[in-house]
Amino acid sequence: MNPFPKLDEKDTRSGFGAGLLEAGQRDPNVVALCADLTGSLKMDAFAKAFPDRFVQVGVAEANMMGIAAGLTIGGKVPFTGTFANFSTGRVYDQIRQSIAYAGKNVKICASHAGLTLGEDGATHQILEDIGLMRMLPGMSVVVPADFNQTRQATLAIAVHEGPVYLRFGRPKWPVFIPADMPFEIGKAQVLVRGTDVSIFACGHLVWRALQAAEALQAEGVRAEVINVHTIKPLDVAAVLDSVQRTGCAVTCEEHNRHGGLGDAIAQVLACHRPTPQEYVAVDDVFGESGTPDQLLRKYGLDTPDIVAAVQRVLKRK
Amino acid sequence: MSAPNAAPSKASRASTDDLARTCSQVRRDIIRMVHAVQSGHPGGSLGCTEFMVALYFKVLRHDPAHWSMDGAGQDLFFLSNGHISPVWYSVLARSGYFPVKELATFRRLDSRLQGHPTTHEGLPGVRMASGSLGQGLSVAIGAAMAKRLNGDPHLVYSLHGDGELQEGQVWEAAMSAAAHKVDNLIATVDWNGRQIDGDVDQVMPLGDLPAKWRAFGWDVLEMNGNDLVDVLRGLDDARSRTGRGRPVAILMRTEMGQGVDFMTGSHHWHGVAPNDEQAARALAQLPETLGDY
Ligand SMILES: Cc1ncc(C[n+]2csc(CCOP(=O)(O)OP(=O)(O)O)c2C)c(N)n1
Ligand SMILES: [Mg+2]
Repeated sequence: MNPFPKLDEKDTRSGFGAGLLEAGQRDPNVVALCADLTGSLKMDAFAKAFPDRFVQVGVAEANMMGIAAGLTIGGKVPFTGTFANFSTGRVYDQIRQSIAYAGKNVKICASHAGLTLGEDGATHQILEDIGLMRMLPGMSVVVPADFNQTRQATLAIAVHEGPVYLRFGRPKWPVFIPADMPFEIGKAQVLVRGTDVSIFACGHLVWRALQAAEALQAEGVRAEVINVHTIKPLDVAAVLDSVQRTGCAVTCEEHNRHGGLGDAIAQVLACHRPTPQEYVAVDDVFGESGTPDQLLRKYGLDTPDIVAAVQRVLKRK
Repeated sequence: MSAPNAAPSKASRASTDDLARTCSQVRRDIIRMVHAVQSGHPGGSLGCTEFMVALYFKVLRHDPAHWSMDGAGQDLFFLSNGHISPVWYSVLARSGYFPVKELATFRRLDSRLQGHPTTHEGLPGVRMASGSLGQGLSVAIGAAMAKRLNGDPHLVYSLHGDGELQEGQVWEAAMSAAAHKVDNLIATVDWNGRQIDGDVDQVMPLGDLPAKWRAFGWDVLEMNGNDLVDVLRGLDDARSRTGRGRPVAILMRTEMGQGVDFMTGSHHWHGVAPNDEQAARALAQLPETLGDY
């Protein structure tokens, strides 16, 4: 049985919008910037509540990153909002020099990440952003699993000192993390205890991992499901603790198999405890237009793909 | 290397009335494509219909049946504001680049008609991926430079959103085109005054746009993009100004959503699909002139 029943269906970006408004209410230094996507990022409530602390920069993401970096000089806590592609690849050097290297307290908040963006297609479906951001020294990378957790994560990064990349998505998605479940940056969450395999997942695929664990239980496989909502800094202790008990790992992410959660975990395993691992990730290709469910199926990120990856890894134990 | 001259396309003898009929059909295609998948960008597509029809059915020296990536001996077109793909796909299909019935695959899985234009699936007529705004002018400049290096006298056209002009790269490109005297390039701006979050003047004003382009060294003209006669005049004027040492910019006044009464007057229809009732109301305003796909 999945101990985390579906409570509701909501988009994670709305969790960001709710969290941003609350963060703004708690701390007058919180400011927000957006590049002509206020509605898409659900930043309208913040913009309405705090018009003086909201900066519309137009379609100019590079400028947005630079202004955000400048706002930190003077104690502001800037949250930038645009799609994940335009939050990372588009502005990589602005982030690298003016935010990461300069050590500025900017919160880069990125919606419409991954394939589940859907019909807009590959130009907008970035599958490389986790990799890009986790390569930057000092950058934290947070990928929450549902609406409630995205709200919590937004509040958490507001009081965290240092640059953060917060990644979330567009579609309505199951809400299953209880609103009062404790959230701590860098602390992975064991959602289901198991003995046979560790399934590490982030973002939208945590729900799919829970479904896979349920399906596997019917086959007599006891899967452990770990929500790795923080990819950097990675909860190394939690990863090692789990694989020490299960002896094998499957990683699930809405990202290219290169550079994302799977690679972060593989690095830990290779260095500390060599363990068989299988990836559920996009196989080094660009996406395309389609509905979120169609795309997850076509690109091998669906529940049956996780089940199949578990079956493969079990044979390698 | 000498480039062959493209035969003027057959459609280039089209009358203004023919073009107006084509516009009506293209607008139907836009509404039907976006409605069918409940996603996509009707507003800018409808506003740029006269321009795209005039370009593809009258002005461009191109040969859809012999499309090639390099486009030697033909005029080239780049859509920098890739979100208005519906209007481009419609004029490409209806001018013979690919079967009209393929419009039914727009934004669906396994289609060549991706949400934003791409070369990835090999759709004839498309030479560059676009969708991430602000990159197309640089590409058009490069293609125009290549034509010059190849001794090919044909022109390069491009289209850009006005909100898109807020991207800094556009101005890097503008500066470089003038510096390198790229005078075989005609860049048009869809000057509709709207973008996603509202009016351009509210979101991030562009200031004196003609003066900005002039200050960047361009030969600038203006036209009414929703008046076919003025579009034909403007494109003709623009062509006559090429080859004189300066890149040419057309600032084209349009109305977002033009042709469907309830889609005009605001930024609302930038990227919203009509529901069944709205689609029916829109189509009732647009005579089917060439046969729906
Ligand atoms: C680099 C980049 N940033 C943001 C977006 C999201 N976006 C798509 S269209 C658009 C507004 C563009 O306005 P304009 O160029 O005036 O087009 P119009 O709304 O008139 O069709 C934005 C912000 C994008 N596609 N690319
Ligand atoms: Mg516009």
